[in-house]
Formats: sequence, C-alpha cells, structure tokens
Amino acid sequence: MNFNRGNQSGTTPLADAENDPLLQQALRDFRSSVHAWGDSEVSRVRTAQDIRHRSWRVALGWALGCFLITGTVSGGFYQRHLHQVAAGVAAQRAAEHQRQLAQQQSGDEEDLLATVDSDVSREVPAAMEPLAQLMVDDETK
Amino acid sequence: MAAGSVVEAMTGAMADDAAGAAQAAALEFSAIVQSHRPQIFRFLLASTRDVDLAETLTQECFLKAHRNWESFRGESTAMTWLMRIAINLQKDHWRNRRMQFWRHTQTNSVDLDEASDWLPSGESSIEQQLLAKERVKQVWQAVKGLSERQRTVFLLRYVEERELSEIAQATGLSEGTVKAHLSRALARVRVELGGKR
Repeated sequence: MNFNRGNQSGTTPLADAENDPLLQQALRDFRSSVHAWGDSEVSRVRTAQDIRHRSWRVALGWALGCFLITGTVSGGFYQRHLHQVAAGVAAQRAAEHQRQLAQQQSGDEEDLLATVDSDVSREVPAAMEPLAQLMVDDETK
Repeated sequence: MAAGSVVEAMTGAMADDAAGAAQAAALEFSAIVQSHRPQIFRFLLASTRDVDLAETLTQECFLKAHRNWESFRGESTAMTWLMRIAINLQKDHWRNRRMQFWRHTQTNSVDLDEASDWLPSGESSIEQQLLAKERVKQVWQAVKGLSERQRTVFLLRYVEERELSEIAQATGLSEGTVKAHLSRALARVRVELGGKR
C-alpha cells in the first residue's frame, strides 16, 4: 500500500482519516483521558513498602492456591486409597466366608456319609444276622 | 619545590574542573528526569495499562539513561532518546516473559472500562460525558487489537503528539513505515467507532 499516493478524492488514506470529525473527536477524548489518567498516577506516591506488600499478597495467594490444589489432589488420592483398602478387606472377608461355608459343607457331607455307612453296615437282613454276628465276633477276637 | 607546587595546583584545578563538570551533568540529567518523567510514564501506562509495570519500566528507563548519559550526543532530542529506551525496555519486558501463562496471570492491566473512566475535562453535560466515555472506550478497544508496533506508533502520535520524524527516530522505523502503521491503526479505530473502513 502506497501511502504517499492519493486516492480517488485526491487525499492520502492517512489525511483522509485525520479529516474525519468523529475520529478527530474520539482521538481528542482519548488523548485527554490518557493524560488525565497519567497525571493522576504520576503524582501518586508509591513507596517500596507498597510494592513489598503487594508482592507478599501475590506470594501468599499463590501459596494458598498451591496448598488448596495439593490438598484437593492428595485428598482425592487418599480417598481412592481408602476405597482400594476397603475393597481388599471386603474381598478377603468374602473369601474367608466362602472358605468357611465350603469347610462347613464338606464337614456335614462327611458326617452324613459316616452316618449312612454305619446305618447301612448295621442294617442287614434278619436271615443274615447270625453271619453278621460271627463277623463281629471275629473282629472282636 | 616551586615546580612541585605548580603541578599540585594544576592537578587540583583539573580535579575541580572534572568535579564541576560531573556536577553540571548530574544537574542537567536531574532536570531531564523532572521534565520528561511524566511523558515517559504516561506513554508506558497507555502501552501496558498497568500502573505498577509502567512505574517500574519508567524507573528502569531513567536508570539506563543515566548510565548512558555520557554517550548521548544530542543527535535527537532527549525526549526522543528517552522514548527509544522506553520502547526497547517495553519490548524486552514482553520478550523476556517466556511463559505466556505467567504473562496472562501476573498482568495487572486494568480493564478497558476502568481505563475509560478517566474522562476528558471540559465535558459539560452528563450526556456529553457519557458519549466521551463511550468514544474513549471504543478507542481503547481498537488499541487493544493493534500490533505492538502499531500501538506504539499510534500512542506516540495521538497521545504524545510527536511528529512523524520523531516517531521514526524513536522506533527506528522509516517515516513511510510509520505512516503505514498509523494508517492501519486509524482504520482500526474508525471501524471500532462504526465509521467506514
């Protein structure tokens, strides 16, 4: 873009812009506003103590933020760890319960079989009772 | 003995001259600080919208100027020389902040509403004041969207009211480039104001 060359109305884009009354008014307002702000701030006394306090506040804010983040993250991990431990204990208890049930069940079955065995062995037909008596006598001898 | 005392007297006179020159330079520099500090501060304030940062950079600017005062040859005005130092310090400041996260979180720039609260004096009615505030806010909005160079050139021209040649010297750009940046900046402001592109 050649800014030295005129446009169709014979003015440069920069001159054209600078002749815009609305733009000129806005630029004047802006200049006055910045001057007022600058004059106000430049005359304000800022001590080193203020800056130190500000930096302390910033440091304190960051420390607090870091503490909260660390606390939240570690709290989450701790909760997760607790859940894992509780799940482990529950699984262990369930396994123990299953084992006890199985043990108890196998004990009952053994008792039942023994009872059946003794009952079966003892109940012989009446016709064979003398023979069975002889077998008992032999065993006792 | 007589020759020795003459040499001593000459040495003493030279030392007095050097001390006097140093004192004069210090006084001259002090006067420069007094007269130019508000403008340098204002330019940096408008560039950063951060009062503390502008204050810090202003102090650094004068510290650097003091260290290099001997090398200032007066090829440009003291104001242009100081402005050039301020522009470079500002560039270095943003360039050195490598972590953009810190740049965004640690910035204390005031928002555009607050910056626009400083109303031009002389506006009589409340309506005029509101209109002026709205215009100032729109210009701030446009300035925010400018590139660093465009913003620098725009502020030097329309806030500090520097001549194009001075802006060219302060920024190290040619006058043509300064005009180009100004033209683009003004186009942006006009768009923001609702005018033609």
